[in-house]
Amino acid sequence: MDANDSPPARLGRFVEAFGSVTEAAASAREPHWMLAIRKAGLARFADQGLPTLRHEDWRFTNLAPIEALPFRPLPRPEPRAVTVADLDRLPLAGMSGLRLVFVDGHFEPELSRIEALGEQIQVCSLSQTLRTDGAWLEQQLASWHEGQDRAFRALNDAYCTDGMVLRVPAGVAVAEPIHAVFLSSGSEAGLASHPRNVLVAEANSQVTVVEQYASLGGAATFTNTLTQLVAGEGAQVEHVRFQDEGPEAFHMGALRAVAAGSAQLAAHSFALGARLSRQNIGLTLAGPGLEAILNGLYVTTEKRLADHHMVVDHAQPHCASHEYFNGILSGQSRGVFHGRILVRPGAQKTDAKQTNKNLLLSSSASVNTKPQLEIYADDVKCTHGATIGQLNPESVFYLRARGLPIETARRMLIHAFAGEIIDRVRCGPIRQALDRLVWDRLERDAQVRLDASRPHD
Amino acid sequence: MSTPQSTIDQFVQSDYKYGFVSDIETEALPPGLDEEVIRTISAKKGEPEFLLQWRLRSYRHWLTMTEPSWPKATYPPIDYQKIIYYAAPKPKARLESLDEVDPELRRTFDKLGISLDEQKRLTGVAVDAVMDSVSVATTFRKELAKHGIVFCSFSDAVREHPDLVEKYLGTVVPYTDNFFAALNSAVFSDGSFCYVPKGVLCPMELSTYFRINTANTGQFERTLLVADEGSYVSYLEGCTAPMRDENQLHAAVVELIALGSAEIKYSTVQNWYPGDKDGKGGIYNFVTKRGLCRGRGSKISWTQVETGSAITWKYPGCVLLGDDSVGEFYSVALTNHRQQADTGTKMIHVGKNTRSTIVSKGISAGRGQNSYRGLVQMRPTATGARNFSQCDSLLIGDQCGAHTFPYIEVKNPTAQIEHEASTSKIGEDQIFYCNQRGLSKQDAVNLIVNGFCKEVFRELPMEFAVEAQKLLGVSLEGSVG
Repeated sequence: MDANDSPPARLGRFVEAFGSVTEAAASAREPHWMLAIRKAGLARFADQGLPTLRHEDWRFTNLAPIEALPFRPLPRPEPRAVTVADLDRLPLAGMSGLRLVFVDGHFEPELSRIEALGEQIQVCSLSQTLRTDGAWLEQQLASWHEGQDRAFRALNDAYCTDGMVLRVPAGVAVAEPIHAVFLSSGSEAGLASHPRNVLVAEANSQVTVVEQYASLGGAATFTNTLTQLVAGEGAQVEHVRFQDEGPEAFHMGALRAVAAGSAQLAAHSFALGARLSRQNIGLTLAGPGLEAILNGLYVTTEKRLADHHMVVDHAQPHCASHEYFNGILSGQSRGVFHGRILVRPGAQKTDAKQTNKNLLLSSSASVNTKPQLEIYADDVKCTHGATIGQLNPESVFYLRARGLPIETARRMLIHAFAGEIIDRVRCGPIRQALDRLVWDRLERDAQVRLDASRPHD
Repeated sequence: MSTPQSTIDQFVQSDYKYGFVSDIETEALPPGLDEEVIRTISAKKGEPEFLLQWRLRSYRHWLTMTEPSWPKATYPPIDYQKIIYYAAPKPKARLESLDEVDPELRRTFDKLGISLDEQKRLTGVAVDAVMDSVSVATTFRKELAKHGIVFCSFSDAVREHPDLVEKYLGTVVPYTDNFFAALNSAVFSDGSFCYVPKGVLCPMELSTYFRINTANTGQFERTLLVADEGSYVSYLEGCTAPMRDENQLHAAVVELIALGSAEIKYSTVQNWYPGDKDGKGGIYNFVTKRGLCRGRGSKISWTQVETGSAITWKYPGCVLLGDDSVGEFYSVALTNHRQQADTGTKMIHVGKNTRSTIVSKGISAGRGQNSYRGLVQMRPTATGARNFSQCDSLLIGDQCGAHTFPYIEVKNPTAQIEHEASTSKIGEDQIFYCNQRGLSKQDAVNLIVNGFCKEVFRELPMEFAVEAQKLLGVSLEGSVG
């Protein structure tokens, strides 16, 4: 269906700002090919515009509020009063190891912690890589195929300013997780940042990466991030995206990953913040015998919406992919889940599992879920499942029968529900920090604590 | 698993038994559609004004609609002006009794195993036989009338019970519902009508047998079934068509209405001509079926066995309006050759404590593409509603596809939904286990497939269950080496 049914005039705002980007690019002496990517991105965006509810992939997520925002990309960094103390207040601040900090889409070397990890491992910002290793980066950016998040990818192509670039050479294991923090200073509505991350783990390497998105102010900012991840043959990669932006923020996140044979990939998504957030996760299993875990937790309150859209493409035989997504919804919030497992002809012996479980804590929260299977090979094992409901009264009763007050029983069960997902994070420090944080968030939610005063039905 | 080419070929070439054409004098309108055609159809049937106006409203609405593109099926565009919208066996004088039915027609239905002769029937099943656009005979009408049950062709119902038709027509599937429902509402020519009065348990199975005979016709029939408070009826539907190289369109609408505590059981064995092994010809089966559980404690159960048609596009659904009402959907869909099926159900929970069960079994073989597409919706008022869905797919051969597209929308936290789906093939170990016990491979496959479908077959009336099992057995012959 054509997603673009109103005149492109409404998109003017997104196009006008492009002049400032080309100017900034020229003064920063960006290579020509980068400008070509930007222009092509802008043209593609202008061509299709933002998807509407009539678009099958966006049926339940209305982007009108994003369209109504002023669009203020920041082609150049502006001095912001962000201090190390601000960063220390954020969750995961206590993690040791490398930390790259981006404020409104621009790299902040003063706030970052970069130590040499060894000669070969390359961790730096995209803007820096453009200067030092342009040819390699061009190859990385150009090799990317189109995904289901076309409009936002195009917008990111046009407006991306900076991001993390990571390249782990073959056979190297990075001991500590690499932590990237993307902050919205959050002072003006419509302030838009477009981080672009390029992560490459070559054959048999090992690395853990955390992307953390947070806001300092409460303004309606717009983050449109895109991470492209390549896991080489036999590589072990763990990727955590932790989205905890302000209550008015809009967050569009994409992860496009390609894994080669025998790789092990775990990608986690924690969506705790933002008024409207969407994670587009596209994973291509491009080699035989690899294992992938996609794992996600969304916790929404008030009128927020968290959307996960996931496509796993089994292109080769003997691969296993497991997807687990849990949602805890209270207030008038909404959860949206779309998962599609595609098993291409010839991808025999595929083992794919997909589950989406939702816990509704209030009477006005709602969930739309579409766990889909599309299978073109016969010797496969594919299952999917979805559940939506309240806490199981029998479980609550079981705990009460053992002398626990109803409130404690409920809390235990809700935490266990979130814990299923958190426990799959392999990296210890991240897992513990997220566990504490999710616990604290849930404790603050009146509908988790309470509802016990109401007779339980 | 190894699947030798020869046995696959054998499977692919298994014949369609009902592909003959009967030589019956028919009267048909020229192809094409405009308001004049609709007026002609209406006039031919001597319809009251309200129905003509309804048809015209539907037609005008249809003109504003576009054909849906979301189903997972590919086919060349349909030229709606090339279809014959009305074809009927030439009417003799008005029939006084069934003995006066054209012998050629009678032979046609005998050949299909549907005897129109009441005396010759072993079991008590009343049949409404529909050929091309019109109903040709309805058996056991008198017997049923004793119980106050109205069972007749739609045209008779319009003449004899216009009040009932006007009251219920389009209340479940309005003409605005979708593209094919709008088209059907404009041009439908006949179908079956059934009304079961308060508290009556229908003493026999009712059934409609649809047959397409004339080339280039579209069959647009409409079934309306109303079960008044506390009544029960079980309804069967069967269909076949001749083998032709052109695709033929079948766009039917079925509306079921269950009032308080009433129960309707609707079973379909769909065996339209599926096209040849290269996908040439076959019926496009674009059908809208929906039941409305209007009263408290009512129940509608859909059971379907879909083995025919080049393309199936069909989502029998239930709107569970009354509190404590129950919706069920049991389906077996088989696609072989180049058949495509996009089928499933919709369960719309509105009333309190409504329950629904969905069991869908898809079998793909050859180059068949089989999709399950289902919607389970819990409206904010559906307190305590429950749904259980299970859709399993079985793949035979490595060129077919099985897809699952469930949509689950929940707006009430007390609602409980479970959805499960799995995809598998017949395991080598399962066949080996059967071989060890002295069963041939073919018997093992039939055994496993029948076991796979058992939950659905159990829901079919006995004769249908036997027929369905045989149908699957024939279709799967030689599918595994």
